[in-house]
This record gives sequence, structure tokens and C-alpha cells, in this order.
Amino acid sequence: MRLMIKNARIIDPASGRDAKGDLYLADGKIAEEFARPERVIDAKGLVAAPGFIDLAARLREPGFEYKATLESELDAALAGGVTSLACPPDTDPPLDEPGLVDMLRRRAKALSRARVYPVGALTVKLAGERLTEMAELAEAGCVAFSQANAPLADTQVLWRALQYAATFGFPVWLRAEDASLAKGGVAHDGEVATRLGLPGIPPFAETIALATLLELVRATRARVHFCRLSTAGSVEMMRAAKREGLPVSCDVAIHHLHLCDIDLGYFDSNCRLEPPLRSQRDRDALARGLEDGTVDCVCSDHTPVDEDGKHVPFAEAEPGATGLELLLPLTLKWGEARKLPLAKTLARITSEPARVLGVGSGRLAPGAPADVTLFDPAATVRVAAETLKSQGKNTPFLGYELAGRVRYTIVAGNVVYEA
Amino acid sequence: MQRNPQLNANGELQHLLSIEGLPREILIQILDTAESFVGVTEREVKKVPLLRGKSVFNLFFEPSTRTRTTFEIAAKRLSADVINLNIAVSSQSKGESLLDTVANLSAMQADIFVVRHDSSGAPFLIARHVKPHEHVVNAGDGRHAHPTQGLLDLFTIRHYKKDFSRLTVAIVGDVLHSRVARSLIHGLTTLGAPEVRVIGPQTLLPAGVEALGVKVFHDMREGLRDCDVVVMLRLQNERMKGALLPSAQEYFKHYGLTLEKLSLARPEAIVMHPGPMNRGVEIDSSVADGPHSVILPQVTFGIAVRMAVMSIVAGN
Repeated sequence: MRLMIKNARIIDPASGRDAKGDLYLADGKIAEEFARPERVIDAKGLVAAPGFIDLAARLREPGFEYKATLESELDAALAGGVTSLACPPDTDPPLDEPGLVDMLRRRAKALSRARVYPVGALTVKLAGERLTEMAELAEAGCVAFSQANAPLADTQVLWRALQYAATFGFPVWLRAEDASLAKGGVAHDGEVATRLGLPGIPPFAETIALATLLELVRATRARVHFCRLSTAGSVEMMRAAKREGLPVSCDVAIHHLHLCDIDLGYFDSNCRLEPPLRSQRDRDALARGLEDGTVDCVCSDHTPVDEDGKHVPFAEAEPGATGLELLLPLTLKWGEARKLPLAKTLARITSEPARVLGVGSGRLAPGAPADVTLFDPAATVRVAAETLKSQGKNTPFLGYELAGRVRYTIVAGNVVYEA
Repeated sequence: MQRNPQLNANGELQHLLSIEGLPREILIQILDTAESFVGVTEREVKKVPLLRGKSVFNLFFEPSTRTRTTFEIAAKRLSADVINLNIAVSSQSKGESLLDTVANLSAMQADIFVVRHDSSGAPFLIARHVKPHEHVVNAGDGRHAHPTQGLLDLFTIRHYKKDFSRLTVAIVGDVLHSRVARSLIHGLTTLGAPEVRVIGPQTLLPAGVEALGVKVFHDMREGLRDCDVVVMLRLQNERMKGALLPSAQEYFKHYGLTLEKLSLARPEAIVMHPGPMNRGVEIDSSVADGPHSVILPQVTFGIAVRMAVMSIVAGN
């Protein structure tokens, strides 16, 4: 399909381009100008940006099909303008065998929607004891290795895992959390948890684990991406680690960028998240860190949970929230609040995650994969269970009116979503 | 912020879920109403017909004999029909969800649900799902709140001290796990007690407790100085199993209330305890049974306070 997108405001964060113009797509790639396109999309009033890249989206397959399926969640991805996503290994069984990864990739490919990049399990069954066959898993298509939200309490295993991954140059994606300090906790250990009588997780559960991990990165030179930072202290530590030149990067979830523990209100189980929503000070530090580049990317941390998982008392609720369809509007909201140019805002969900993922998409240069999202930055969307494509209807943002409506999503030059 | 889920559109008490967020007028209304019921409980015929024909379901997801019994007595003295359900040993163990249990009982025409649950916030969840004419009274949820206990504590304090505006109140012990402490603190600050202190080792005080409006003391002698009211909290034996406390003996030495430590408080100070007491762990028998103790009157007042709460919510 030879596609021409005309009259768009083309924003390519990788090159800094932000100008009115036409965009040409041919043979699945961004192309130079050509005559006689097979289809023309008039994108007047719309922004044409690289398709968004989400570093944490759970598709729930295999094992949790009652919560969501590849079909439902990849539809949600496209509706959110997300053309590439990395899925954590915490499926059932976890992604610890090449066969499982292979099957997931085939299933995803057959659906020909968004590109799916599986993140393999770092340890067998995510139990934190034995290493997985990382090289085999990488061959099957794993782009990185992770424990998802499962703890890895044994520092010896962690050290060996990083050494092994570094040997092959595999990136390791980890959430920094000290398992014993976090044990039993369901909310940020502070005034709100004290008032609500909820067991707390102190902020140093994250910073202590992060300090350990940074020390291990120093020792092993493994490439580590830290997933979903939640504290001001972590941002400070990442700033220093990057200044030192350690091979590290990190992201923040849309929830932690905008919400804090006060949003728990009267035990809103939609705010039961991992890591917990922390203080306003932490939230502000994350927003600033994302602006100055200390935090590289925003992810949706998309986690569809069924109603039964949330219609229980707060501490018993299953953690997680739907997010794929909110990635764009919530990233725009952050950029708007900090008065950033749109290109800089969009970099956090395009060129930056592409760099972490090590893929060629996330930019609009000729020759790059023709993954493009067209959106209306001014049109607002009201977040409602009925309109979310995801099978997960749970999000703390229900009822929010957010700017940023996706109109077309294009993957490999094919228009796969139109609204 | 969401609307206070305890109040109806007219600002009246629809459910009693927590003392936090209740206006002073409602607290006073409950205490005044309870005052009028104290007389009833002392009469030969201990009944008033206020809840005749109404059904009160005692839903106890966590075992409790004492609180359940006082709610039962209170409901019966209001002439309600009382149904006791120990769910800890029935449907929950068969896998039925909390909301299904409540929906089933609601289909049996309940008017008031008295709920005890080991998970903080459970009564809020139930209150969001009951029918408009049904009322939820929190009888203790996790570490969060135990509002009728807090109210009976306030009632007891008012009974002996008349007025809150000059009081220094010390709450001693395991504040971290205590729903009683949280409820009482909110009640005292709402009613204008100028100084509320919490006394305990760091391991038993929750993060940022000062934000509730209390002063923190780790030295019990210092904390008890010139207090008008001393509230001792129950220390559960299981706290000694983890890393919170080394032993009951060491705890008693530093945080157990003895006559000697009590002598630092004001001479006319009263001593309270929500029960059940661990003698020799948080309180010495000479204090528990001594002239400062108002622990048994607390139990008597508890019935009047629960009558007041149930009659007020049922009337709104």
C-alpha cells in the first residue's frame, strides 16, 4: 500500500522536526515523496507522530484469558495509537521457555495489529532461584529479561543473572523493590496509609533495592532498565548514575506521573497499584525527572484486571490498571502541565522507548518502519468503561476528561485503526 | 474528592464508617442521644420500641464475642430483630465473595448491617453497594477504624471530665495496629481536645502519625505527665513473634501502666482500656482494678452508644 498523509503537523522527536507537511509510506517503510499514492489521508488539524511505544503492557496471554486476550488488548493498543509494546513475562505459565515466547509472537503476528516484543523471564517460573535459558529465549524473540513484579530476594542470584545477561549483552529490566521491606504492604507508608490503616511500603524499599542494583551494574556492566520508578529518591539516584555513565535507563508509569496516595480517597481499589502511589513530592520529582531526561520514558503499565479482582477490600484487590488507551492523553497532560514543546513530550513515548527497546521504529526518517499515529491533540476524550476497548475497565482515571484523541493508527504502512 | 460516603444528601448520618470526616454536630448528637439511653439500660424493662420491626444483621467476618454481643444487646434494647452471622466460619470459607454475601442478606430484607472485617475499608465497599434504605455500621475494619468504640471512649471521657476543651489525653501502646486509637484520635481532635499524645516505641507507631494531630512520646513517664485521661491499648501476643518487640516483659517495663507511672498523671486522671486486657503486659492489675479505672463503665456506656448510633442511622 502506497499511502500519502497530507496536511499533517509532522512531529518527529528523534530529529526534532515539527512542521506542516506530507508524509509518504510505501512497502512498510517511511518513504521519500512519490507520485500516485493508492490512498490519501487528509490529516488537516492532526499531528502525525511515530507510533507510540509502550514498555509495559500486559496482554494476559497465556493463562489469564478471563482477564483479557491478545485480541482485546491489541485492539486497545491500536485505539491508543500504540504500535509497539513490550509485554512483561508474568503470564501463567511465565515466559520462561522459548516455546511459549514463540507461540505468543506467532499469535500476535497472526493478528497483525501492534508489534509485540516479549520480555523473557529472568529466572525460571520467576521464582528468583534459577536462571532461564536467556540465549534460547532471545533467539525466540525476547528483547530483554525481567522479573516483572516478582521479587528476586537473593542478591547472589541477582548478581549472577546480571553477569550472565551482560555476557551476551542482553538488557535486563527490573523493578527496584526490596522484597522483605515491601512484604505485606499495599500503600505508600505515609500519612494516608496511616489514616486508612493500610500496611505501608516505605519509599526506601525502592531506593535500597535501587542502590544494590546500581552497585551490581557497576560490577557487571549489565545494561539495566529500571521499570516504574515511584520515589523522589530514586530519581536522584538515577541522575547520579547517569552522570557517572552507568549503562542504565528508567521509566515511570502514567499513574505515578499524575497521581499520589491522596487519590486513594475512601479505599479506591483502582488505585491499588505496584509500586504504590506515593506522596505528592515523589510525583512531582518524577514529573521533573521525566522532563530533564533523568527518566527516559513513560509507560502505561497496562494491567487489565477483571471486576472480581477489584470489588474487594483495598488490600485484597489485585494490583494494576488498564492504561494502553490512556498513554497518549496522560503523556500530553504531563507535557502541557510542564509547558513542553510537543516534540519533547512525544519523545517519551516514541524515540526514547525505541532506544531502550533497541528497535528502528519510533522515528519518521525515510527507511524507518512505517508505524505512524495520527491524533488530534485538542479533541478531548472522557475516560469511561463503556468506551475503553481493553477488557480491563479499571483505572483511577475513570471520569477524567483528557485531551488527545487518536484518529488513525498505522503499523508497517497499513491503516489498522480509524476513528 | 469524593463526597463523604457516610452522609446522605442532607448531611445526615447514613452509615457510620469512621469518625474521621464526621462533623462535630453529629458526634455531639450521638453522645447526647446515648446519654438518653443510659437511663433505659438502668430501668427494669430495658427496652424502647425505636427499631421495632427492623432487622439488624451482625456480619462478623472476623471473630469477636464482645463487640458482637454489645451490638446484639443494643439492637435488642431498641426492639430490633437481630441475626448473628459468623462469616469467618461460613460462606467466605466456601469462596463466596464479600459483596455476594451482602447481596444475599440484603435480599432477606436487612435494615442495618453491623460489619466487622479484618481488611481496612471493607465497610466502605459494602456501603457503596447496599440499597438506599440500608445502613452500615462499622464494628471494626482492619487497622482502620472502630467508630463505636471511639464514640464510647468519647462518651466515657465526657461523662467523667464534662468538657474536652482543656484535656490532655494520652493513648499508649500499639497504635500501629489499632483501629481504636485512630478512631479516638479523630474524635478527640474533632471535639477540640487541645492535646492528644501517643506513647509507644517507634516500632508500634505508624508513619506520619503526627499528621493526625497528635504529639509523639517514646518515654512513657514523660508522656503521662499531667494527663487527664490515659487510654491503654491492647497488645496482642503475636506482636512479640516478629521484629516489633523483643518480649512482653520488656514491653511491660517500659510501656505497661503501673501505679507508679500513673502517679505522674493528674491526681483525678481516668484510665481506660478497650478490652480485652492483658494484665501484666500493658496494664498492671492494681491499675486496672484501682480507683482511676473506668474500664467497666466503658462497657456499660458502649451499649448506650451503640443504641444511639443504630437509632440515628435508622431514622435518617
